[in-house]
Amino acid sequence: MVIAPGSASAPALEPKIEIENLRVCYGAEPPALDGITLTVPARQITVFFGPAGGGKSTLLRTINRLNDLVDGARTEGRVRLDGEDILGPEVDITRLRRRIGIVFALPVPLPMSIRRNLWYGLELAGERSRRVLDEAMEKALSAAALWDEVKDRLDEPAIALSGGQQQRLCLARVLALEPEVIMLDEPSSGLDPISTAKVEASLQELKQQYTVIIVPSSVQQASRLADWAGFFLQGELVEWASGRELFLAPKDRRTEDYLTGRFG
Amino acid sequence: MARTRHPLEAAIESIVRLSGWSAIVFVALISLFLLKEGLPAFGEVPLASLFGTRWYPIEGFYALGPLIWGSLVVTVGAALFAVPLGVGAAMFIAEVAPRWLREVLKPLVEILAGLPSVVLGFLGIVVLVPAIRETLGLATGLTALTGSLLLAGMALPTIVSVAEDALDAVPSAYKIGSLALGASRWQTLWRVTLPAARTGVLTAIMLGVGRAIGETMAVMMVTGNAPVVLFGPHALVSPVRTMTATVAAEMGEVARGSVHYHVLFTVGLVLFVISFVVNVLASIVLLKRRAAAGRMLS
Ligand SMILES: Nc1ncnc2c1ncn2[C@@H]1O[C@H](COP(=O)(O)OP(=O)(O)OP(=O)(O)O)[C@@H](O)[C@H]1O
Ligand SMILES: [Mg+2]
Repeated sequence: MVIAPGSASAPALEPKIEIENLRVCYGAEPPALDGITLTVPARQITVFFGPAGGGKSTLLRTINRLNDLVDGARTEGRVRLDGEDILGPEVDITRLRRRIGIVFALPVPLPMSIRRNLWYGLELAGERSRRVLDEAMEKALSAAALWDEVKDRLDEPAIALSGGQQQRLCLARVLALEPEVIMLDEPSSGLDPISTAKVEASLQELKQQYTVIIVPSSVQQASRLADWAGFFLQGELVEWASGRELFLAPKDRRTEDYLTGRFG
Repeated sequence: MARTRHPLEAAIESIVRLSGWSAIVFVALISLFLLKEGLPAFGEVPLASLFGTRWYPIEGFYALGPLIWGSLVVTVGAALFAVPLGVGAAMFIAEVAPRWLREVLKPLVEILAGLPSVVLGFLGIVVLVPAIRETLGLATGLTALTGSLLLAGMALPTIVSVAEDALDAVPSAYKIGSLALGASRWQTLWRVTLPAARTGVLTAIMLGVGRAIGETMAVMMVTGNAPVVLFGPHALVSPVRTMTATVAAEMGEVARGSVHYHVLFTVGLVLFVISFVVNVLASIVLLKRRAAAGRMLS
């Protein structure tokens, strides 16, 4: 399947996540997502944006099966990771979640020390060597632009960190697992501009190695980061294109209205 | 800014103040009374008898050891049964059971918590005592084990109910955060939810076991009332007698002011000191935890 309809400029991109005709409903409400078809390319930054309630968070939660936890959520359609179906009942969800990490809009460190937060996922994955754990911790904290701020207080409770630091801690916690895909849901909603710049800079680094999906906190952030972008409106994928095309020359009227602030 | 105080407000404040102070005064009076009636025993009974191994008041043997031992065996035994079972059941209700089952179990447990202990004592005599005698092939079913099981049954509902509330109060963001990092449900429960709820779970255990320590009637009915010290594996399946049961059984028959009377007060004093120490230790542990939690949240 083509990655971006009508984009001849795209170099041969490797597909990472293929979504086909996805539909997600909560209870009896109209579907939170309907008819979603797109392919997230590997080692690129993909942006999902749009007004509140459009289904962006729902899409992220569907991709790593966290929506399984929501009572009454029903999912139809297909999602494939490296060509393998990940919605089926026989999928190893624990392993899937290690391959696809997520950072939530409201960062919630686990109620333990900074070090333990970083070790947590790796320990569960069976890592026992303290040296390996500490190395992974330092690497992840550095990648999340947090190492210098916390290296002297690793054994203090993570909840004592500032909001912005907590957000980067949650990013580091995911990075420590060396996932293949990193999803961030409004990662700078609680961040000051400096922390935001730090996180964005590390995302640009990370995409060399990881596939990044981000729901940005603003249109500006979306256009700064996007290699690929999808505009979501009330459960519909209105437009899906390379970031350049979508932000400079949107094809759909509704996308254009939203980008120029003439919405609603 | 000065504010004129409403007379009603002032009245309510003095009532609240009075209640607070009277609680302190009552505790002080009770301890004074216990000391006044219990301390003379140390002069009247030879220390060798008080710290001996026989409780046989008619012949002047007043050893406290066997009674303390009896309380200890029964209470520790009860805690060994009730704590793992209670916390396990709370974990099941809070995190594993489907919603409908949870809505049935929770009120059921709370009703059980209010069951009068004499009722449980009857159940113990009619059901538990013969069952223990037969399954273990003992001469009598009136043993420390029987008392422990019964007390465990009494402590369980309290532990389950309070611990379940604590587990339920853990923010779901912790659980989702843990699951998102590839933890299984069980790992999340064990490594995140339970530690996050530990203050509440500890409170549950203390409330439950506290009820067991002070319990008198049911224990008196099923433990066989033998004030002897037995060490080793047989201790659990032999008759014992607790401090509370001794006071309850003998207080009605002693002459006021007699040696026996004073020794019974000494027993009460020992109980008082033990529960005082346990309570102080518990508050220290809980306060420390709370201070740490407060630091974390500020
Ligand atoms: N757990 C849930 N239970 C029921 N309905 C839900 C749940 N989560 C989301 N929804 C509904 O699904 C729709 C999409 O919500 P979603 O959170 O995915 O939107 P969003 O695009 O992330 O919005 P925002 O920008 O405000 O975060 C909304 O109508 C919302 O009410
Ligand atoms: Mg959202």
